[in-house]
Amino acid sequence: MMQQLRRLKETASQTAGPYVHIGLTPNLCEISGVYPEDLGARMVNEKTRGERITVKMRIFDGAGAVIKDALIEIWQADSDGLYNTPAETRGTADPNFTGWGRQASDMETGVFTFETIRPGRVPFPDGRLQAPHLTLWIVARGINLGLHTRMYFSDEETANAQDPVLSRLEHQDRAATLIAPREGDTYHFDIHLQGEKETVFFDV
Amino acid sequence: MKNAMPEAGGFFQRERNWHPPAFAPGYKSTVVRSPRRALISFPQTLSEITGPVFGHQMLGELDNDLTLNHARPGESAIGPRIIVYGKVLDENARPVPGVLVEFWQANAGGRYRHKKDGYLAPLDPNFGGCGRTITDAEGNYFFRTIQPGAYPWPNGINDWRPAHIHFSLFGHGFVQRLITQMYFEGDPMIWQCPIVNTIPDKRAVETLIATLDMQAAVPMDARAYKFDIVLRGRRATLFENKLEGN
Ligand SMILES: [Fe+3]
Repeated sequence: MMQQLRRLKETASQTAGPYVHIGLTPNLCEISGVYPEDLGARMVNEKTRGERITVKMRIFDGAGAVIKDALIEIWQADSDGLYNTPAETRGTADPNFTGWGRQASDMETGVFTFETIRPGRVPFPDGRLQAPHLTLWIVARGINLGLHTRMYFSDEETANAQDPVLSRLEHQDRAATLIAPREGDTYHFDIHLQGEKETVFFDV
Repeated sequence: MKNAMPEAGGFFQRERNWHPPAFAPGYKSTVVRSPRRALISFPQTLSEITGPVFGHQMLGELDNDLTLNHARPGESAIGPRIIVYGKVLDENARPVPGVLVEFWQANAGGRYRHKKDGYLAPLDPNFGGCGRTITDAEGNYFFRTIQPGAYPWPNGINDWRPAHIHFSLFGHGFVQRLITQMYFEGDPMIWQCPIVNTIPDKRAVETLIATLDMQAAVPMDARAYKFDIVLRGRRATLFENKLEGN
């Protein structure tokens, strides 16, 4: 025998189910009067610094159908590449930018809309700069453990080419699944859970 | 100098065999919603190890009381009154303060207040089905609610969900994000549930079953269930940075 490490195991995940919106965006599903507004619904205000952008996302299942009952959360740096959290030690992030957004999709179209700003660059542990990106977490009925992925910006070609995460992908053609094309002030990010265009998901 | 391990490193790798696999065909919805390619790993960056922080000031007075937070004045939700309490810990067995805990559930008849729930059990006008709280400095949380009912769902022809409460948790890093479900001690439906059975290890299921605690019950008011939750633990950066105070 030897000494025990006394570590605990993480509580096992279970699907968020089809009614995740009751818990996480109740106002959206007509449960009003409990919370003044849904958490994460607004990331910016009039004073937020940086370039305003709209990000529209869709999620497709393995049969090619748009999923309408999912929930996406994003976490991102402000326009200077700082995170709005007390753990940020490199400076003080823009107090008018939350950095965190939570949205359900439009129930008819399956489109998720995030009104936010273009993030600045955040360092990798070795000091190299990462390309601007959003960190995503996706839950839904039929997803047993929340999926982690990232969204990069199509008009950041130079930064994307040097990005430490994108460049470590063994199959470089898959990097394209993480890059959202721009149309005007809107980026369109299509997430594919399965199939030929399956999005890169991370174990981080 | 403090002898506590500094909280600065990345999080332990997730033990994916302990969690349900993405593809678990007994739960039919996973078949077209499960990624099939290998997940890609990379060293955690600030994008992964930081996350939004929620303060106690954002909470309304009734946010942790589902018996009252959607009820008309003077009325309350129908069903067996319970208190759910517990501690949020990390894999190092340290309490995690400041965790936003959100929960949602069906009413006592097993019906959700949702457009898409067509189960014939009636809605309770005094029950919304959502609540939230934030753990205190010792990682503790509690809320009041009614015990939810079991309900049938379209998977097999006769599949029922055991009574359960859905939980969503925010730790201190975005990769600690966790959604799970709490079940009730003694419910025979737990072991028949295709969603429960996506979890490969029986011991992992057992940690999702809340224990009846009559010592924490409020006499003539509510029984209590204890449900502790463990979030991913954090590596200490003992050999990467100098210790705090050194
Ligand atoms: Fe449920």
